[in-house]
Amino acid sequence: MTNLIDIKGVRHAYQTDSGPLPVLDGLEISVPEGGFVAVVGPSGCGKSTLTRLIAGLMKPDAGEVWLHGERVKGPRSTVGMAFQNPVLLEWRTILKNVLLPLEIVPTKLSRTQAEERARFLLALVGLEGFEEKRPSELSGGMRQRASLCRALIHQPDVLILDEPFGALDAFTREDLWQTMHKVKEREPFTGVLITHDLRESIFLADQVVVLSGRPARTQYVLDIPSSGPRTLEDLYTPEAAEQLNILRHQIQIAQGRAQPEDTAP
Amino acid sequence: MTKQLRAIAVPMIAIVILLIFWEWLVWFKGWPRFKMAAPSDLIPAYQRHWDLFVTMGWQTLWRTVLGLFLAVIFGTLLGMIMGFSRIMRDALYPILVGFNAIPKATVVPIVALMFVGQHDFNTVLLAFMISFFPIAVSVSIGLSTLEPEYRDILRSLGASQATIFWKIALPKTLPEFFGALKVAVTLAFIGTNLMEIVSPHGRGLGALFDSGRTNSDFPLMFAVLIALAFLGIVLYYIVVALEKIFAGWAERAPG
Repeated sequence: MTNLIDIKGVRHAYQTDSGPLPVLDGLEISVPEGGFVAVVGPSGCGKSTLTRLIAGLMKPDAGEVWLHGERVKGPRSTVGMAFQNPVLLEWRTILKNVLLPLEIVPTKLSRTQAEERARFLLALVGLEGFEEKRPSELSGGMRQRASLCRALIHQPDVLILDEPFGALDAFTREDLWQTMHKVKEREPFTGVLITHDLRESIFLADQVVVLSGRPARTQYVLDIPSSGPRTLEDLYTPEAAEQLNILRHQIQIAQGRAQPEDTAP
Repeated sequence: MTKQLRAIAVPMIAIVILLIFWEWLVWFKGWPRFKMAAPSDLIPAYQRHWDLFVTMGWQTLWRTVLGLFLAVIFGTLLGMIMGFSRIMRDALYPILVGFNAIPKATVVPIVALMFVGQHDFNTVLLAFMISFFPIAVSVSIGLSTLEPEYRDILRSLGASQATIFWKIALPKTLPEFFGALKVAVTLAFIGTNLMEIVSPHGRGLGALFDSGRTNSDFPLMFAVLIALAFLGIVLYYIVVALEKIFAGWAERAPG
């Protein structure tokens, strides 16, 4: 079975005044169709660089990024992105914001169909009735929901989420986690989630990739066995506690604060 | 009192109070008419010279607006160049700052000598020179501070630079642009009047002011100042109205 996303031996360095700064080195990540991979790692280890590589906004110095059996050489319209900053256009209504990608990407949808789809997505994330509001009238969590709808409107193959819930308070964040499961059920996508939150990673993803400290390589891969949509209670089971322990230990190794031979506490 | 009524009544009352205070001050100090004019002196001045006020006011107005219009076009283009290219920004910024620092009153005689007799051109040129700077700076800052995520959202879908400019960069810069335009409106008036007063050629309110000065006609001089203030207010609020239409989204609901 071919993977939808294949990252093979990717190496990348930024040019700085004090010479090249390697951020990624020998990165290997594979995501099957319909899979959802969370990428965790220490701060500044190049996670955001990874999203830009997958989106085709940057080219790696070495190695290959494959999407759908095609090598990524530049931006492609089959990608949807959401960032920590929801970057909604304040001069547009929420509905018009969600419709933005369809103004760029060629679409078979008519205007009415596109609007219908936008309304459907907004309702799915719980923003029914806010279609004609401006972003400034919405809370941070609501804006992030709208940003999610915009990332999905053109039915992308790949959804790239770069810490989309990072700036939200804990309760709003948990709300959005559940929304993500609901969305994935109705609008299946293949996803890559960059996050700092280990609970978020095991709650949303079916595979968690731990990156090492800079320059980042794939240090550890944890599969999260799951059956159907999860609930918040699933985070408080012994299995979840064990997964979190493993991940926390791996992060400590990545930060250089623990030795690989240490057994997980 | 309704909101709209208050929006008009409050500034009107403030203006009336100011005029009363002015009238009182002149009366209280006992200033003669060759030293200071009172508001009550202005009415006869307007009556006597009304035709001049209309023609010369129009001359000042159209030259200011034309200069401002050119400043908007040139300033926006310059701002775009500096906003999109780091090298151009580094290259042009010091020159611009230096140019802006030159008092424009010193430029007047140079311009007047360079283009002798071309009064309209000279005046428009000065209005333009004095007012394009804030527009160029604000547009360049607006474009260069655009968060990279805004670009990425469209770029990741394969949008061209031109599309990104029209859909995101331009509208996002509008609030800064209008902020600068409000400053530029007033500056353009200063530019026009500098030319009209320093290098008088019998046109515009500045020339009318100058003839009042040579005759020690204080009521006329003050009448010109008030007329200039009036034109300035009108133009300013036209910009405010345009801002409401094109960048009204940037205004947060009060409270």
